[in-house]
Amino acid sequence: MAKVKEKRTPMPSQDPRERIGNFDEVALGYTVEMAVEEAKRCLQCKRPTCLEGCPVQVQIPEFIALVAEGDFLGAARKIKETNSLPAICGRVCPQEEQCEIRCVLGKKWEPVAIGRLERFVADYERLHGEGDDIQRVPSNGRKVAVVGSGPAGLTCAGDLAKLGYEVTIFEALHAPGGVLVYGIPEFRLPKEIVRAEVETIRKLGVRILTNVVVGKTVTIDQLLADGYEAVFVGSGAGLPRFMNIPGENLNGVYSANEFLTRVNLMKGYLFPEWDTPVKVGKRVAVVGGGNVAMDAVRCSLRLGVEEAYIIYRRSEKEVPARAEEVEHAKEEGVKFKFLTNPVRILGTEDGWVKAMECLRMELGEPDASGRRRPIPVKGSEHIIEVDTVIMALGTSPNPLIAGSTSGLETTSWGGIIIDEETGQTSRPEVFAGGDAVTGAATVILAMGAGKRAAKGIHEYLTKGS
Amino acid sequence: MFKIVKRRDLTPVTKLFVVDAPLVARSAKPGQFVIVRIREQGERIPLTIADYDPEAGTVTIIFQEVGMTTRLMGELKEGDELLDFVGPLGQAAPEVTEGNVIFVGGGFGVAPIYPIAKQYFNAGVHVESIIGARTKDLLILKEEMETVSHRLHVATDDGSLGHKGFVTEVLQRMIDEGQRMDIVVAIGPMVMMRAVTEVTRPYGIKTLVSVDPIMVDGTGMCGACRVTVGGKTKFACVDGPIFDAHEVDFDEAVRRGKMYAEEERRANEACRCGGGA
Ligand SMILES: Cc1cc2nc3c(=O)[nH]c(=O)nc-3n(C[C@H](O)[C@H](O)[C@H](O)COP(=O)(O)OP(=O)(O)OC[C@H]3O[C@@H](n4cnc5c(N)ncnc54)[C@H](O)[C@@H]3O)c2cc1C
Ligand SMILES: Cc1cc2nc3c(=O)[nH]c(=O)nc-3n(C[C@H](O)[C@H](O)[C@H](O)COP(=O)(O)OP(=O)(O)OC[C@H]3O[C@@H](n4cnc5c(N)ncnc54)[C@H](O)[C@@H]3O)c2cc1C
Ligand code: SF4
Ligand code: SF4
Ligand code: FES
Repeated sequence: MAKVKEKRTPMPSQDPRERIGNFDEVALGYTVEMAVEEAKRCLQCKRPTCLEGCPVQVQIPEFIALVAEGDFLGAARKIKETNSLPAICGRVCPQEEQCEIRCVLGKKWEPVAIGRLERFVADYERLHGEGDDIQRVPSNGRKVAVVGSGPAGLTCAGDLAKLGYEVTIFEALHAPGGVLVYGIPEFRLPKEIVRAEVETIRKLGVRILTNVVVGKTVTIDQLLADGYEAVFVGSGAGLPRFMNIPGENLNGVYSANEFLTRVNLMKGYLFPEWDTPVKVGKRVAVVGGGNVAMDAVRCSLRLGVEEAYIIYRRSEKEVPARAEEVEHAKEEGVKFKFLTNPVRILGTEDGWVKAMECLRMELGEPDASGRRRPIPVKGSEHIIEVDTVIMALGTSPNPLIAGSTSGLETTSWGGIIIDEETGQTSRPEVFAGGDAVTGAATVILAMGAGKRAAKGIHEYLTKGS
Repeated sequence: MFKIVKRRDLTPVTKLFVVDAPLVARSAKPGQFVIVRIREQGERIPLTIADYDPEAGTVTIIFQEVGMTTRLMGELKEGDELLDFVGPLGQAAPEVTEGNVIFVGGGFGVAPIYPIAKQYFNAGVHVESIIGARTKDLLILKEEMETVSHRLHVATDDGSLGHKGFVTEVLQRMIDEGQRMDIVVAIGPMVMMRAVTEVTRPYGIKTLVSVDPIMVDGTGMCGACRVTVGGKTKFACVDGPIFDAHEVDFDEAVRRGKMYAEEERRANEACRCGGGA
């Protein structure tokens, strides 16, 4: 192979000044030429280290080789052997800490842009592929129920359908996709793509019943009594946290979940053509430093706020959001207030947010998470004038399912306890995975968990037969 | 899709739908609610389960046309379908099997009262009910309430039927007359529930109300429905909607209910021109 290019092929993106005026995708994706050029950077290592970083073992060098040859549909088939949602992973996987960080090129130069290539291949296939080469496996007559249609549930259902099971997904909301539809904004993950990926799962024979809240509409025990032989719980970690500070129930204070659901699932940015309103004033503060906080603050810019702040109690080094997202937010004009923590929210006479009182923090000794603990600086109270506050402090598993299923063991914070290998819970016929088990994590980890559980369920149901 | 198998107009602005929703009907309990969406670009709105029939697989909802979504719903006919219908959500009303319970229902609030009164009545509770509306023509479920109450009192603001004045005045009179009441259940507009709460507070009579904050998902995921009860933040969609009235922070609840007043007005105007309603 010729001399390797040191730098990865850049991916075009919308100009920051333009994009804060719309909800269209920010990153625009590779052209055919760019993809081939980038694919040629891959060394086709004999012992590819990149593979170790992918939780679902995408055959990275093999699919990249096919891209370099121009066989994009072949590359898509290769990826889909192990990853049923490549258009999504290519966009939202934290590649920089998974596959790409382990690429040998990264030791000296920039690693191969594996995520961008994966995205390119999946998009190419969606636009140019035959689409219908999906093999529907004849039914084995055995029913399995899946709770939740996020990445964990979709992956588990797809894998079980490929083994011949009759799978039904029960989803509480009116649209399938989990966080992919209600949380992650259109400009990072167009909903059209989620819909297409969900269609693929449907074509495998999976039935998706929306508007069913398991634990309310039906219980897991009822599902088992109705003839489902096993149940997979992929109900995510949807319960929002608040700070419990004064003023948190003032008008104008949202959880990130509410704000993002109004914007993404309910298309609040299209109000009044769409019926659900979402209100942001002129100055918004988003409290938190994760992907969720970045998504919320960037949505608020697109809804037309004049000032948008991120309020984060540690320093920039500790920010848990992907570096790329922080970069995008900065380009778009978000102001970051690091080492700052709110202590109360102040309201107007008629109960609307008018300001937030904060303390400055300094970093002390490392805490349980290994990061240095923020300590308030005495006398550093100061006021930030805002009219909207969005709390993006993290989420935990919703207690609905554990509370309605006898004998299902959970941790003190509500995570369902499983056998790591099989996904089996304390109830032998019930399996679980994704954020419902780990707490808020990533799309690809949820998919990996769904995969393992599908295998676990298959073994459980075929054992002894 | 969820078919409307029966429609009845209770008043010019209050409609009753019997909806085909077998899974909801199978699990429903008095006090719970559903969330409805009528079209792809539609809002999710909560409505109380006014009755249910597990055998027929149907759920009854009663709604008042107050804004865009409920007015569009009012244009639907028998045989039409609701796009989404999810539930039963929230906690059921506490079970009571003895003693004296007074139900106070105002406006469309009589609808959520009915299934609870029916359950208590059938369980052997002595039930007395006070139902009210602005005027006689806006009163709903009078006959139904009669069948599940040992005594039924009516109040209208204009005196067109029953007592002239508010339901709270009837309740106060019953208290003054020394009538036994172990529990008062009051459901209706927030101002009415707050007024009932203030009537019973000095006497320490246990009082339950069903709050109706703005909701989005109805499953505990968004926190839009926060209400302060006993100094603690609760999510009405999973912890409620029925709470101990004397613990509810009504000022906050009323204020939070107005969060989207401006947008509701805009939507309403837009819908008036479009729909010609
Ligand atoms: C705003 C935001 C941005 C994110 N950005 C990224 C990113 O860039 N990259 C990344 O890798 N990860 C990201 N994540 C995290 C990632 O989305 C999650 O880790 C992942 O979606 C978890 O998948 P899951 O299938 O376990 O659960 P979810 O996606 O949460 O899906 C659970 C589904 O179950 C349904 N459900 C819940 N309870 C019930 C019930 N009782 N009955 C029926 N259905 C039920 C829910 O409605 C939901 O549809 C982000 C998360 C958020 C909130
Ligand atoms: C648990 C619960 C049970 C309810 N039961 C009934 C019932 O049985 N019959 C009935 O007529 N009404 C009921 N309501 C109220 C009903 O949800 C609102 O009237 C309806 O949402 C109005 O929508 P709209 O678009 O027609 O009006 P809008 O113009 O949007 O709003 C008019 C009024 O409804 C309130 N409202 C708007 N959107 C919501 C929302 N998503 N959630 C809650 N309130 C909202 C507003 O604060 C405003 O006061 C209930 C509310 C709750 C929370
Ligand atoms: S699925 Fe994610 S981690 Fe795996 S190769 Fe693709 S981008 Fe990398
Ligand atoms: S480690 Fe990097 S260069 Fe080697 S095969 Fe993987 S992507 Fe290609
Ligand atoms: S309506 Fe979303 S948490 Fe209650």
